Amino acid sequence: MAITTQTKTQNKTAFNQRQIITGIVLLVIGLLMFLLFARDTQPGQQATFGLNTDNNAGTIIIPDLVLPVQPSLYVLIVVIVFLAGWQIARGIRSTGLLVGAVAFAFVAAFLIWATKDQAFNLVGMMSNSLISATPIALAALCGVISERSGVINIAIEGIMLISAQVGVITATIFHNLWIGLIFAILAGGLVAAVHIVLVIRFKVDQTVSGIAINIFGTGATSFIASRYLERNIDGLNNSGTFPNITIPLLSKIPIIGPIFFQNNIVVYLMIILVVVIHILLFYTPWGLRTRAVGEHPKAADTLGINVYFTRYVNVIIGGMIAGLGGAYFTIGSVGRFDQNMTAGKGFIGLAAMIFGKYNPIGAFLSSLIFGFADSLQVKMQILGINIPSEFLQMTPYIVTMIVLAGLIGRAIPPAADGQPYEK
Amino acid sequence: MTNNAVENKKPKIKEKNKPGFTENFLVPILAVLTGLIIGGIVIVLSNDAAIAAWGNFFQSPGTAIKASWDAIATGYGALFSGSLGKPADMLAGFQHYSATGDNKLLLKAFYPFTESLVTATPYIFAGLAVALGFQGGLFNIGAEGQFYIGALASAYVGYKIVGLPWFIHLPLALLGGAAAGAVWGAIPGFLKAKFGAHEVVNTIMMNYIAFRLSDWLLSGPMKSSGFRPVTPNIEASAELPRFFADPLRFNWGFPLALAVAVLVYWFLFKTTLGFEIRAVGANPDAAKYSGMSVVRNIILIMTLSGALAGLAGAAQVLGTDHWVGQGFSAGYGFDSIALALLGKSNPFGVVLAAILFGVLRSGATSMQSLAGIPIHIISIIQGLVIIFIAAPAIIRGIYRIRTGSAGATVLTRGWGK
Repeated sequence: MAITTQTKTQNKTAFNQRQIITGIVLLVIGLLMFLLFARDTQPGQQATFGLNTDNNAGTIIIPDLVLPVQPSLYVLIVVIVFLAGWQIARGIRSTGLLVGAVAFAFVAAFLIWATKDQAFNLVGMMSNSLISATPIALAALCGVISERSGVINIAIEGIMLISAQVGVITATIFHNLWIGLIFAILAGGLVAAVHIVLVIRFKVDQTVSGIAINIFGTGATSFIASRYLERNIDGLNNSGTFPNITIPLLSKIPIIGPIFFQNNIVVYLMIILVVVIHILLFYTPWGLRTRAVGEHPKAADTLGINVYFTRYVNVIIGGMIAGLGGAYFTIGSVGRFDQNMTAGKGFIGLAAMIFGKYNPIGAFLSSLIFGFADSLQVKMQILGINIPSEFLQMTPYIVTMIVLAGLIGRAIPPAADGQPYEK
Repeated sequence: MTNNAVENKKPKIKEKNKPGFTENFLVPILAVLTGLIIGGIVIVLSNDAAIAAWGNFFQSPGTAIKASWDAIATGYGALFSGSLGKPADMLAGFQHYSATGDNKLLLKAFYPFTESLVTATPYIFAGLAVALGFQGGLFNIGAEGQFYIGALASAYVGYKIVGLPWFIHLPLALLGGAAAGAVWGAIPGFLKAKFGAHEVVNTIMMNYIAFRLSDWLLSGPMKSSGFRPVTPNIEASAELPRFFADPLRFNWGFPLALAVAVLVYWFLFKTTLGFEIRAVGANPDAAKYSGMSVVRNIILIMTLSGALAGLAGAAQVLGTDHWVGQGFSAGYGFDSIALALLGKSNPFGVVLAAILFGVLRSGATSMQSLAGIPIHIISIIQGLVIIFIAAPAIIRGIYRIRTGSAGATVLTRGWGK
């Protein structure tokens, strides 16, 4: 009894300490916002945010959002300081909410400061963010579905590269993008199958297998690209891309319409998959089995769930999803394959998976953040901000490390993640 | 003394029961061999003449086999003559040298081999970095990032400080590289030890941070006056001295790498700290209960590992390139994972594996130019070699080697623990 109270008080002090530290961090963020942004403005400056896209598909036009720069910044800073005070005094229960609010305030302040005396198309950038987030989200979904069943998959990068190449080659040969898409998905499943066979049948360490597949995938696709594709671009490496599909009615909604309902098939499939996998994972027997196998394979086995079979199925389905992500790079966006065109998106997908706490919707939302950072740095150059875009590109990685360390919102992996199961 | 007596009395374990030879030598050798064979198949499949000949296999099977053999011979011939040199040239060089005392031909004949050793130098350091991590039960995928940061730091020390004698400047530049790599490795180590954040993800993240940071440094603060995003050349006093006249880039980096390999071996297997590291790697719980500080050891392992990878970058800059440009690493850090696995995480094994990789990498360039086989075939072979090393059952199955099956090696125990 005495021991429990002692640990309780310890926990409480630890919690208080963390609470105060978080509060101080918030104050520092508020101070930073003042020093970096607010100090650099004059009264009377205005920031114009465009809320319409250029390629209007009958979307209802709404007026642009015009904000006075200085007052808006001070409001945001006051909000942060208020949150900090609240956190120190009372503690805020939902860390997710806290982090979200602070991140939103900081990014908003940054954008308002960056757009002072200029115009900036907010909806256009949101739309770009969703598009850049698409491969990241698909990679993250692949990660979620594999790791929920207890198999680490860092081969996503290699899977996506191979699928991207298979997709564009088959689409070009058959003059049919849909065939390319199907082959890309099948290729993804096949490579993932190699991974899971190595892991289960040959007991290869899961990370090592993933790295081997990445190195192999990079080598094989680059080999094929420089041996065949570069010599015969029109015959092998020029597929064209999926057209944008405008969904009637929904696309006419201001703001939301141009962002979500004027995209190509890969983006729609990604959004559908996020929802479907979320439902499958948390509301169906299959999802329950998957999670049981990932948390406690022995117990699952005792109850008659086939651990190996579940892992095979999950990793292969995950590979097919990553294959779709690979298809995005070629037939979904540029219509040709370039060496190493995935550029680490598979690893960023892993980060998004962890950031999203192994949860499909969480993974999707964090992919959006990564995609946002990605498209923001493009816009920065247009706005002529002299913050090096490299630092902006770094932030997602730093944020992932902070999340992984549990400083803000801990991501707990499935208990049996990465452990081989032996009967 | 008494200890020795006791050890001598021990009945000698039969060599057969030790997994030693098969595990440590036969399987890696066969893995490399199998990788090369599959690479040969890829060469044949990508050779137009050979494919055409196979199309007429039933009319003239001899032609098909000959065409395939030609393709492989040209490819691997170019690979190995480009990385090891031609014996005939070497002989001629020797004769010329002994006859006239002019070593030009001799140096020319040995140029390919020294280039392989030059390529092997950063591989040795980076392979040792990953191997040290493996010994301590940690997976340092961040060698690539640490390599970049180490290279940039040593280049900075190399060109920024002017007027020092070489015996101060060179060690300082090396130390700068090692220290920067150490910091880059220590951060994931600290996060792992204190918060349990998995080092695999964190080192991957650190890689990307390093890439972006180096992009920025090379296009801004560290950019030389020209148009290209490269650093200025380092001072001559910071260079690792070269052994021969100019086309030969063979330098003191290689002997230094060998010395560091010996040092790492001594550290791991002959010191208390090294024993602690291996104990933590083998079983963290047991290490903890016998009074070792797991937290301290994890940070130490990652710091040392990072320092070694940083040294790899430093050796590359100070010995070979003398400047840093964008994308200059050519994947040394990632290949080093394959190296460490191939060398069974043993420093001497790593040295051998690194020389092999140096030979393959530097020969691949001439294979591309002479035989038209893309350089990337080396990555294909490397990927296969890793798989074969990690799944010895495949190699055992192919070559029908019978030994007691070794247990699964688990290096990664889930992201969050």
